[in-house]
Amino acid sequence: MSEETILKVLNATKTFGGVTALSRVSFEVRQGEVLGIIGPNGSGKTTLINCITGFIKMSEGEVMYKGKKISGKSAHKIADMGITRTFQIMRPYYTLPAYKNLIIPLFAPRAKRTGGWRGGGKLGDRDTVSVDILEEIGFERDSFVPYKIASTLPTGYLKRLELARCLALKPEIILCDEVFSGLSMSEIASMVPLIERLQMDGITIVMIEHRLRELFQVANRVMVLNFGVKLVEGTPEEVMADEKVKEAYFGSQEVEEVMNYA
Amino acid sequence: MVNTEQFRRERLDRGIKIRTDGLYALMSWRELSYLTLPRLILIVGMLLLPLIVPGMYWQKVVTILCIYALLAISFDFLAHYVGLVSLGGAFFIGAGGYLAAILNSTYGFPPILTIPIATLVGAAVCTLLLLPCLPLRGVYFAIVTLMYPLVLARIIEALDILGGTDGIVGVDSFANRWVEQYAVIAMVLLALFGIRRLVNLDIGLVFRAVMDNDQAVRASGMNISYYKAIAVFIGSALGCLGGACLVHIYMWCGISLFALDFSILPIAATVIGGSGTLVGPVLGCLILVPISELLREFGTLRIVFYSLILMGFIVFRSEGLMVYGERKYHQFQRWVKV
Amino acid sequence: MDILIYGTINSVALALMALGFALVYGISRVPNFAHGAIYVLSGFITWTFLRGLGLNYALSIFLTMLIIGIFGALLYQFILIRVRGIAISEIIASYAMGLAILEGLRWGGFKGMSYTLPVFAEGSILIGGIPVDYQRIIVVGIGGATVASLWLFTHYTRLGLALRGMAQDERAALMLGIDSDFMAVVAMAIGAMLAGLAGILLLPLGNIVVEAGYNVLILAIAVCIVGGLGSWMGAVLAAFIIGFAQILTVVYLGSHFQMVVALLAIIFTLILKPSGLFGMQKQLEERV
Repeated sequence: MSEETILKVLNATKTFGGVTALSRVSFEVRQGEVLGIIGPNGSGKTTLINCITGFIKMSEGEVMYKGKKISGKSAHKIADMGITRTFQIMRPYYTLPAYKNLIIPLFAPRAKRTGGWRGGGKLGDRDTVSVDILEEIGFERDSFVPYKIASTLPTGYLKRLELARCLALKPEIILCDEVFSGLSMSEIASMVPLIERLQMDGITIVMIEHRLRELFQVANRVMVLNFGVKLVEGTPEEVMADEKVKEAYFGSQEVEEVMNYA
Repeated sequence: MVNTEQFRRERLDRGIKIRTDGLYALMSWRELSYLTLPRLILIVGMLLLPLIVPGMYWQKVVTILCIYALLAISFDFLAHYVGLVSLGGAFFIGAGGYLAAILNSTYGFPPILTIPIATLVGAAVCTLLLLPCLPLRGVYFAIVTLMYPLVLARIIEALDILGGTDGIVGVDSFANRWVEQYAVIAMVLLALFGIRRLVNLDIGLVFRAVMDNDQAVRASGMNISYYKAIAVFIGSALGCLGGACLVHIYMWCGISLFALDFSILPIAATVIGGSGTLVGPVLGCLILVPISELLREFGTLRIVFYSLILMGFIVFRSEGLMVYGERKYHQFQRWVKV
Repeated sequence: MDILIYGTINSVALALMALGFALVYGISRVPNFAHGAIYVLSGFITWTFLRGLGLNYALSIFLTMLIIGIFGALLYQFILIRVRGIAISEIIASYAMGLAILEGLRWGGFKGMSYTLPVFAEGSILIGGIPVDYQRIIVVGIGGATVASLWLFTHYTRLGLALRGMAQDERAALMLGIDSDFMAVVAMAIGAMLAGLAGILLLPLGNIVVEAGYNVLILAIAVCIVGGLGSWMGAVLAAFIIGFAQILTVVYLGSHFQMVVALLAIIFTLILKPSGLFGMQKQLEERV
């Protein structure tokens, strides 16, 4: 992990009609770190990701990626620069088999350009490459799971498929929108090493999460949002010790639990 | 005594279907023929069609049928593999037809040149005109395609350009009627198998992904408008090809190329034949076009007839004949006691 | 001056044509491509009562509105409800319905110049030196009254509020005990009656021709897209924009370009602001 800033958000503000979903949120993401973003429901976390990735136009503020301004560009251009995201509501291509789902990102200009998926890339056979990626992300290669239609897959695999869709693009940054939610404890336990491995591969990860305990295992830094305002930012220990955070999560059993744990 | 036993339908794949999945299909002639027979029947049937129909008039009908089949394949491809419902097949026909007629009558190009040029240029023009509604989901594409043929016909009529209401007369015909018929039949078969191939290629999967879930496609760094534009280009190229052939068949080009028949019959054929099967639309045309010829003396009642059939099928039997036939071919069903 | 007066009249006429479509789309998200057909059909039904059966004008209008309303409800209850939510089928089914009605009327011999409805009141009045016949004034008056009463209906009656609730969020409305299927039927009936009202008001100004069905459909859709699909007030505002644009082109370019104005309005809206003036569509799409 270096101190170099890869993504910089300045005064991100978004209003829906009269409702302010985000209000002047500024933060930095450093190269190679895992940044956790936490906050109660409706605190603007998903809106923040939508703004960064260009799915929503920000009302005010700007996003800098490697020193270049990316806010205002369209979503596919931002993704093409290497900022990928997963969706909170999983959106696989339901009618296609799991491995065929990855054909689509592998067909994208960025995947063709970066290429090099062990003989895949521009001229390679995308089917083989996609099974390789799926194996990397935890689909058993020799079982029939990668060949099942996506609509029949259980949640755990769909979450992995979402991550695999990002990985196929060889991204610089992955913005994960609640990858742990809806999973059982054991499934989460198997996802944590996966995140750690992605970080070791040099991918910067921003995670929105409600499962604080697991998040704190992997996150280097944590930022807390509440009602669209940034409360604090710091290491997990610092954040948990903060009074404002306790107030925001007042009564939340989990915070107590995590604090004892930490 | 009241019969309280309940039955439910159980569908099982035929053994031969399972044996013909994958490489095992090459095991024996029986398996091979099980796989290839339906395709062969279609190809041979289409090729024999001009020979077995009685008389010149019905041979002409076969040619027109092929034009409709091209349009129907284009509709099916756009609607069920890209998610764009085109209510204006007449727009594609008109664009291709007028281009071919102008190239032929004004610049003297022979049909062998006008048809490919009109197809490509026409498709490019159609794509360009439809470009504004491509970034959006929903009904916009249907609305805009519905409007273009009506408005264009009116503009040509009002400004008296491109021959006005009289149309462009004296367009060259094909060399002879056999060339004409086998050219259009070959085009239908090529289009059918070509599009079937295309939708299973990687780019075909991208089209289907755009239909299923365009947000995820955008999140993969792909411009959905670009891929939709490619698909519209392919779809409208089929329509323009039909239009270009049509003016050479009729040796005339006028605002009746924007007529409603070209918009509604392909849709009806697709729904009746089986949406999303690509073969279904051809089958639907084989059924609907001859019926429509028999009803010719009733004038616009034909359109009422297609519309009612279309509505009946879409509401009550939306799977269509082809899906039904496929199921009967691959599966048998029986009643089991619950 | 004449541009102002005729622009206003044309705009109100457009608003009347578009309101029904906007209402149905706004509430049940079904694009009713049979809208233009219903417009023409109402004209022919009134004509049949008036000329064929020799009834009183007011009575035949009342009966027509009733029949058209029931027709709309039946159309929804027996056809559209079965394909609701399947976007492709919704479009095709309603378009096929519209075509069947229009071409059926054409086949049934309702074509040519012989079918006209009488105006409600003969004569004309001078406004600012321009003669305006009473029928056009009635159109503006009833048009304004319709918009106003629709606004009152959706803001102050139980049924209207239920309709508005459903337009905003169907699932939430379902949970609050609003029967969404019944509401959609009601919306369709009102939408059909609005189309019928527009037909009865506007058709006396000219002949009843089948082609009017396609024109009205296109104009209604153009108005709704410019105003933002699903927004009623947007539709009214857009009617004024397109209405004046049309009159201006008629004055300066010629009457052939009315349709082109509608088409260009749609295309520019899609390029510049796809959600239209007041559309909800974009905001909904933004919620990833």
